[in-house]
Amino acid sequence: MTVQVERTADDMSDAGSSAPGAEELHGDPYGTGEDAHEGRVFTITGGDWDEIADSLGEAPEERIVVNMGPQHPSTHGVLRLILELEGETVTETRVGIGYLHTGIEKNLEFRNWTQGTTFVTRMDYLTPFFQETAYCLAVEKLLGVEEQVPDRASVIRVMLMELNRISSHLVCIATGGMEMGALSAMIFGFRERELVLDIFEMITGLRMNHAYIRPGGLAQDLPPGAVDKVREFLALMPKRMKDIEALCNENAIFKGRTQGVGHLDLTGCMALGITGPILRSTGLPHDLRKSQPYCGYETYDFDVCTWDTADAYGRYRLRMDECYQSLKIVEQCLDKLKPGPVMVEDKKIAWPAQLALGGDGMGNSLDHIRHIMGESMEALIHHFKLVTEGFHVPPGQVYVAVESAKGELGCHVVSDGGTRPYRVHFRDPSFNNLQAAAAMCEGSMVADVIVAVASIDPVMGGVDR
Amino acid sequence: MSDPGAVQKPQPLAVQEAEVIAVRKGMFPNSGGGDTSGYGRLVRRIELPGQSPRPYGGYFDEVENELFGALDEQGLAPELAIERVVLYRDQLTFQVRREHWVQVARTLRDDPALRFELCLGVSGVHFPQEAGHELHAAVPLMSITHNRRIQLETTCPDADPHIPSLYGVYPAVDWHERETWDMFGIVFDGHPALTRILMPDDWPGHPQRKDYPLGGIPVEFKGAQIPAPDQRRAYQ
Amino acid sequence: MGIEEKLPSGFLLTTVEGLAGYMRKGSLWPATFGLACCAIEMMATGAGRYDLARFGMEVFRASPRQADLMIVAGRVSQKMAPVLRQIYDQMPNPKWVLSMGVCASSGGMFNNYAIVQGVDHVVPVDIYLPGCPPRPEMLMDAILKLHAEIQAMPLGVDRVKAARAAEEAAMKALPTIEMKGLLA
Repeated sequence: MTVQVERTADDMSDAGSSAPGAEELHGDPYGTGEDAHEGRVFTITGGDWDEIADSLGEAPEERIVVNMGPQHPSTHGVLRLILELEGETVTETRVGIGYLHTGIEKNLEFRNWTQGTTFVTRMDYLTPFFQETAYCLAVEKLLGVEEQVPDRASVIRVMLMELNRISSHLVCIATGGMEMGALSAMIFGFRERELVLDIFEMITGLRMNHAYIRPGGLAQDLPPGAVDKVREFLALMPKRMKDIEALCNENAIFKGRTQGVGHLDLTGCMALGITGPILRSTGLPHDLRKSQPYCGYETYDFDVCTWDTADAYGRYRLRMDECYQSLKIVEQCLDKLKPGPVMVEDKKIAWPAQLALGGDGMGNSLDHIRHIMGESMEALIHHFKLVTEGFHVPPGQVYVAVESAKGELGCHVVSDGGTRPYRVHFRDPSFNNLQAAAAMCEGSMVADVIVAVASIDPVMGGVDR
Repeated sequence: MSDPGAVQKPQPLAVQEAEVIAVRKGMFPNSGGGDTSGYGRLVRRIELPGQSPRPYGGYFDEVENELFGALDEQGLAPELAIERVVLYRDQLTFQVRREHWVQVARTLRDDPALRFELCLGVSGVHFPQEAGHELHAAVPLMSITHNRRIQLETTCPDADPHIPSLYGVYPAVDWHERETWDMFGIVFDGHPALTRILMPDDWPGHPQRKDYPLGGIPVEFKGAQIPAPDQRRAYQ
Repeated sequence: MGIEEKLPSGFLLTTVEGLAGYMRKGSLWPATFGLACCAIEMMATGAGRYDLARFGMEVFRASPRQADLMIVAGRVSQKMAPVLRQIYDQMPNPKWVLSMGVCASSGGMFNNYAIVQGVDHVVPVDIYLPGCPPRPEMLMDAILKLHAEIQAMPLGVDRVKAARAAEEAAMKALPTIEMKGLLA
């Protein structure tokens, strides 16, 4: 954001500019003065820094403008915070985002509906399954095959989403602790996360950014041994969670740094459209898994966690509680798993390939190749058309929302009847929730800004897409 | 239909036809004329679903009755403000004319029987072939009190891309409107600070418009090159 | 720099090179330049299971003035590229750049308006690491290969000679588009 400031010719005396008398700001105070006719020259920070400093008004010596720039160990990714400080108190916060804008939404318009999953996964890279699910639910809704998605696929989707919720909350607590200086929290959090990533790797083949949930179901079924591995994890996790709780819950320094910090009450949350742990920390039990269930969530027994202090400590406790609830849901998922298909019956939509571990990595299973080459001509044709052209989705638009670890993740998909999405827009919860950073930080100290932003838990990939 | 000076005759909503967003010729858009598939003379009208007949089902009828009643009480004829009501895949969308955009949103937020407190952002869509309605802005709303969801949509032409800002009604749309301006060039009148948010401040153009190229570079292989994704031949 | 610039090429210079290389690779401090998904894998590499501290690299310096290695982990957008360059410029010599992940090496799957198609458009890269995201073991492999390169880095007159040789090789090298392989 640039600030327009009235400047007279006298102010330009220190610049090397040789063209006085122009009606608006010209020349670059940091330049050599040769380019005076080129108009405004921006510094690499995206704005003329000394203009911002000049516009502070009276007593400029006591008001400092500090740029916690995009490269910073504690700003949770490439987030730029421009703070106006008076002593140690923050009087104004402006948030600069866009440093990770990847143009994913535009890229999706040039890829098949199924290929969209690989792009969409990488938006909020700590909760890839939620993005995949939101996108696939939207595509299935447009196709009209929601009822035909097999139960086994829905159960596995729920299981993966809840495991992802645990891993995302662990990263939030770990990085939040690291940003405050509690490095042990970082080691604990990442140690547990490795266990979850091992499960993901066994089921989907990748630790992160799996393109596993496809429109119509899943890419492939659970491998043998996955259920046992998840059961082992469920047995081990509560003990590990207690480790983290013993470290942080009653820790005087932790409480001192998080209690009362980043306060945003219910009115503020509703005004800013905040959802997720921040809203639930004010006491309102709003959770899309309960109020507008998807993927069969209405058949699971779990509680919506809330806290009542609306501060960073409350959000931390809330996230730990949500991890326990997620473990409960995963256990119910394992009990609900019944053998069956994991893709829709309709062969014109179902992703054809089954994968298997081969000599050189993962590839098409030999059974599948024998089937399409030797047994069924239709299967070969379907495989060919689906992989080269993709399926057609009837024209229309839908908006589907899931409850991601960070809040309500919405996916607005517009189709024009073709094999590619016409427009996909994600309402990312971090993008919305980060608007609360200013409301939470103004009036507090600089150290509290870090804690408040950590409690919002923004993931810049989702914010900038 | 969108200039404020003309007298708008409220049309009964049932008479509207489907929304034609494009007319596509041929099967392969990037073939450069060398199409031997036989599909070259195919002409397809792409239509989004139009006005849906009552009853809609579920809570949608109640929402429409309440909204139309509330607008009537405020002296605004509902058919004037709302161009089309579309029910598609169990989701209701009110297409609102942009002059009445803020009033309809405020009614939806404040009326006790409606109470759509949560605004879930603004999503822009660009239909370059839909003359007069090229830019759409879709706003999903949710009512936590009544556990309902609807969607609002408004349009504006490319020649005059202005839509009144919903910032006064839902402060949550602050960054969403900035993003829609950044990506599509829709100017939200009344927004306190409509600046670029995702692209650098001095970036020219609005990237997610259909007339803006994807901007990729050709992919280099050993001994060959493949054009960037938007230049490749594809099915339309 | 110091005495190593003034030594003539020979046994003494080689010993100094070996010693200096050993010291440098032994405690190569990375600068935090984690951008996207690769940053999380980088953090996982520094965490408990895939411990980077055993290579002397656990200390991720936030300030580029104290860092030796910049691991560009993640996709670099057009808005971030000037910041990347500024951080690189702020690092004192000797410095190395490891571009982690396909997005940093070549733009990755994002061949579009918003992503710089390879950070070598912005900073000189010493080692490229593909992967989306690369596993922690892959990152450690890349770091160890870089360590080997640092250990073998020539100094003084040897460096000038090596730079000239590299330049001549690059001038004569076959461009990628002309590599026909078995087709020619």
